[in-house]
Amino acid sequence: MKKEDVPQYDNNLLNGIREIQYAVDEHGNYTEVKSPGWEPKNIALKQALFLIDEMIEDARKQVLNGKKSPVFFYMHLKQMDLNILKEESGFPKFILKRHFKPKIFKKLSEKTLKKYADIFGISTTKLQTVPKKTVKALEYNFGFKLKN
Amino acid sequence: MNNIIDFQHKMAAHCENGVTGNLLRFHGIELSEPLIFGIGSGLFFFYMPLIKMNGIPVSSFRPLPGVIFKRVTKRLGIEVNVRRYKNKIRAAEEADKLIEQNIPVGMVVGVYDLTYFPPAYRFRFNAHNIIAVGKENDTYYISDPIMEKIEQINSKDLLKTRYAKGTYKPKGKMYYIKHVPETYDINSAIVKGIKHTCREMLNIPFSYAGLSGIKTLAKHVKKWPNKLGEQKAKLYLGQVVRMQEEIGTGGAGFRFLYAAFLQESSQIMNKPQLNEISEQMTEVGDLWREFGVEAGRIFKNRYPKSNPYENIAELLLKIKDKEEKTFINLNKFIKNI
Repeated sequence: MKKEDVPQYDNNLLNGIREIQYAVDEHGNYTEVKSPGWEPKNIALKQALFLIDEMIEDARKQVLNGKKSPVFFYMHLKQMDLNILKEESGFPKFILKRHFKPKIFKKLSEKTLKKYADIFGISTTKLQTVPKKTVKALEYNFGFKLKN
Repeated sequence: MNNIIDFQHKMAAHCENGVTGNLLRFHGIELSEPLIFGIGSGLFFFYMPLIKMNGIPVSSFRPLPGVIFKRVTKRLGIEVNVRRYKNKIRAAEEADKLIEQNIPVGMVVGVYDLTYFPPAYRFRFNAHNIIAVGKENDTYYISDPIMEKIEQINSKDLLKTRYAKGTYKPKGKMYYIKHVPETYDINSAIVKGIKHTCREMLNIPFSYAGLSGIKTLAKHVKKWPNKLGEQKAKLYLGQVVRMQEEIGTGGAGFRFLYAAFLQESSQIMNKPQLNEISEQMTEVGDLWREFGVEAGRIFKNRYPKSNPYENIAELLLKIKDKEEKTFINLNKFIKNI
């Protein structure tokens, strides 16, 4: 790739940083060129981010429909899965799955609720419900708005 | 304990190259990023449909994390200390002790809780490398090769990233340079680095690693749309492009970085032939870029021809052939040196 061909497609995904790419100059020598992004790569990254948002939205709906407890939603919101939540909480997977059931969730002790709240970095009051509207993970977790 | 080490921070395309290079520079050895990458045999290809992350097969253009630092220091005869800690408090204390003695400390961290990191890249990815270069009250000063300047993070968050959960747990891993020799043989280190990469790309008898991995990927790509449906096929393809162009590859799945390494080696060793092979490697990189462009067209439903996945699989085979020829040339050259 020639130096002048290094893509300079800025979608602000790097939040203002420009990453280093290697390309050849007019004498055929390799040199560092800074780049804020490249379209195909940006699309691929956003695809992955949208997939996470879809999973979060699906979880949110399941909680609102009474099929799952908020623990299930917050697990997805914080990009966790059963393995990570198992390690964070110390609960085996079958216990976690029980805690995903709304009926069992209602009976959880203060101590257990506090544990989950700490893992997700929220208050125990917040843990009782899920947001009324669709949430975008990056905006909710890091206050970062993704450009279209 | 308050101490900020006088540390020269330089950005790099790839975090492990960057950390290795910045640590070496601190100890008086100045090597470019391409040299570190090549001596550390950082180029690889791996496609493993049986291992999935978020339901998508894993592909990778790099070897396992940690090997570049290990190989570079070993090949230059540098003494290092690498260890993990079961006890978090101890992990923090040991790092503090080193910083107090003016020794910069390399650390493996997860990026999700790395507060200064670009938000769109904060995935549960646990193989990032940084250097702690100072501490002031509760704040650590961090040299992170992805960032343009020295960043800061509080001690609680740093510890969280060092003990991130999920795949490839860092487990508090940290490393530093203990002793640097007076002289080292750069030529022999380059030769060892190249031999290792040739072996890994050409000779692993396993159809998911090295060049045969690219062939297997091509075979599978062709089947994706029928087997998985349009949407999922796009996600699978997107994962390959992401790994190829993720922050840190320097473009085209490290192929340009490797070409830069071959070029620099050709000058150091005074072997013009290596520069010719570098040019071939650049062409391989250009083809990987073309693969990215074509995939981009598929993502946007703007592929000009019918059977996009069959065409893109053909392109992968073309890449594989060209890359194979390049590595066969490189292998021949390096064996006769």
